[in-house]
Amino acid sequence: MIKYTLRRLIQAIPTFFGITVFSYLLMAAAPGGPVAALTFSPRMTVAQRELVAKRLGVNDPLPVQYLRWLLGDDWMRWDSDGDGTADGSFLLALDVDNDGEPEPPGQNRGILRGDFGDSFFYRRPVIQMLGEKVAATLELGVSSLLFGLVLGVPIGILAAVYKGKWFDNITRVLAVVFNAIPIFWLGLILLLIFGSWLGWLPMGGRTEMTLTGGVPPIWERWRFLILPTFVLATGTIAIYSRYMRASMLDVMTQDYMRTALSKGLSGRNVWFKHGARNALIPLATFLGPQITGLLSGAAITETIFSWPGLGRFAVQAVIAQDYPIVMTVVIVGAVATMFGYILSDVLYAVIDPRIRFD
Amino acid sequence: MTAQPSVAKLAIEPEEKRIGISLTQLALRRLRRDRLTLVALTIVALMALMSFSAPFISNVLNISYTQTDATRTFLPVGAEGHPLGTDDLGRDHLARLLYGGQVSLSVGFLAATVAISIGVTLGIITGFYGGFVDDFTNWVIATLNSIPSLFLLLIVAAVLQPSPTTLILVLGFLGWTTTTRLVRGETLSLREREYIVSARAIGASPLRIMFVHILPNLFSIIVISLAIDIGALILSEAALSFLGLGIKPPTPSWGNMLTGAQTYFTRGVHLVILPGLMIFITVLCLYVIGDGIRDAFDPTAKD
Repeated sequence: MIKYTLRRLIQAIPTFFGITVFSYLLMAAAPGGPVAALTFSPRMTVAQRELVAKRLGVNDPLPVQYLRWLLGDDWMRWDSDGDGTADGSFLLALDVDNDGEPEPPGQNRGILRGDFGDSFFYRRPVIQMLGEKVAATLELGVSSLLFGLVLGVPIGILAAVYKGKWFDNITRVLAVVFNAIPIFWLGLILLLIFGSWLGWLPMGGRTEMTLTGGVPPIWERWRFLILPTFVLATGTIAIYSRYMRASMLDVMTQDYMRTALSKGLSGRNVWFKHGARNALIPLATFLGPQITGLLSGAAITETIFSWPGLGRFAVQAVIAQDYPIVMTVVIVGAVATMFGYILSDVLYAVIDPRIRFD
Repeated sequence: MTAQPSVAKLAIEPEEKRIGISLTQLALRRLRRDRLTLVALTIVALMALMSFSAPFISNVLNISYTQTDATRTFLPVGAEGHPLGTDDLGRDHLARLLYGGQVSLSVGFLAATVAISIGVTLGIITGFYGGFVDDFTNWVIATLNSIPSLFLLLIVAAVLQPSPTTLILVLGFLGWTTTTRLVRGETLSLREREYIVSARAIGASPLRIMFVHILPNLFSIIVISLAIDIGALILSEAALSFLGLGIKPPTPSWGNMLTGAQTYFTRGVHLVILPGLMIFITVLCLYVIGDGIRDAFDPTAKD
């Protein structure tokens, strides 16, 4: 099993490489690039603009820039005697602008070593800012996933047991309906009904606004979680119920189900103890796709409900063209997805003894 | 597929009444009896017809989607001169829905066409040749699929600052992966069939085999994917425009008409409900059509 996991990890390397190349090229292709985003102020002089460009190193060859972003530049231009100016370099010229003065040594450690740079606008390390947002998104993501499972799986089982009956038909229609609803509109409508008209639930946010700030424990602010969780979980419910139904129907034709029924066990016992347990196994493979789905959904859901998480943060960064944040969110999201896929494959192989590691 | 002309010829002869019909003919016959799909088709056709006759309808009702009126904002549905009320700037809501529909429907349709064209071409080539092309394409697909789709769209949209044209290209160039996989799988099985082997034996070029012998057999997959993709891409466009990164105001689209809808809750509920309802109905109908066509083309289905 360790061998299998390792092989899956190694297979993920080219994909990770592809993601970094793709997102770097995208940023480089932006009109004006990061310099334009940083030097937006009309009062900035051409000389200042060039200084910013030099600091960001946007005039270096593209592959060098990419390497710097990936692995940092402290090994490209270094200062071995500690006088503040670089005295050795690799891949880069010591004195890029030919003013006779060597450039300062590289400070950047690159994303592979955990240095995602500073936000353009907040001037703070991106990874630190992300750390502050991740809890809110995890809270929303986990509660949606749980809610989706708790609702989706029983619906799927019942739809399979009552195949062709009204319950099955209704859930089938609902699955299509919820697939076709734009989730931002569903969120708006729910806010309109439960927030604005009935006043039962808050209009958004993660907690009451207080002067001191801070987030109280979850049982004091569960009302804030209801609507965003439901909106984000609709996709999960639809997917899990449909696949659970298919998987359950598959299991119900197995010999051991007939054996259990023929030895006189009650239908309920057979369906839930013998059937549902085995039908749950294939659902393990949905973890990977679920993570991308939840992250995509979070961007919209968090924006509507003013939920202070990663998704909303990413949308705001994209609008503000704060590239370091955008790139970091993409890389982190993609890595989470890749691990989700690997985890679900390994999990699947662990719980289903028929799958062999080879 | 090469047998079709002779079948058609036979059909003209009066004695030969009972001849086999092709899967496409069978599917059309099934579709004609499938009420739900027909209703969905009609609704989508009506939506498209009304949206694209927006200038005419606006003329007849004497409404305008650009004319603002500061004294007549947030008029409710049924107000005099404005059948569906007015928005926050006093523009006629019906006219904006019609013009917005024009944008949303054409972006969805054209983007899906781009996506399907890329997907089908790549799918046939990778399925037919395999090898390096196949591996490379799979790598690109794996890469694209591991970035959460909306983030991907957001970044590309932010970088390109889209006009409707670039938005179509962005949605198209990022949305081909599912179709490629479907077509690739089908091509893999088709290329082993006897008629392909015989075409190869009589010396048909790979290009001819791919586009004359394999492509027509992908017809059902293409039509189904098109219906589903138009729906999915209308949803993507709406989400992007809602977030302010798709179609930019003042050009209306069903998505960007909902931007800032929270502020209309107390003053104009119709501004919140109607644009979303249009998206929902259109996408639902497209999904129903896709499902209907899939069932109609299912060779194992009982008739």
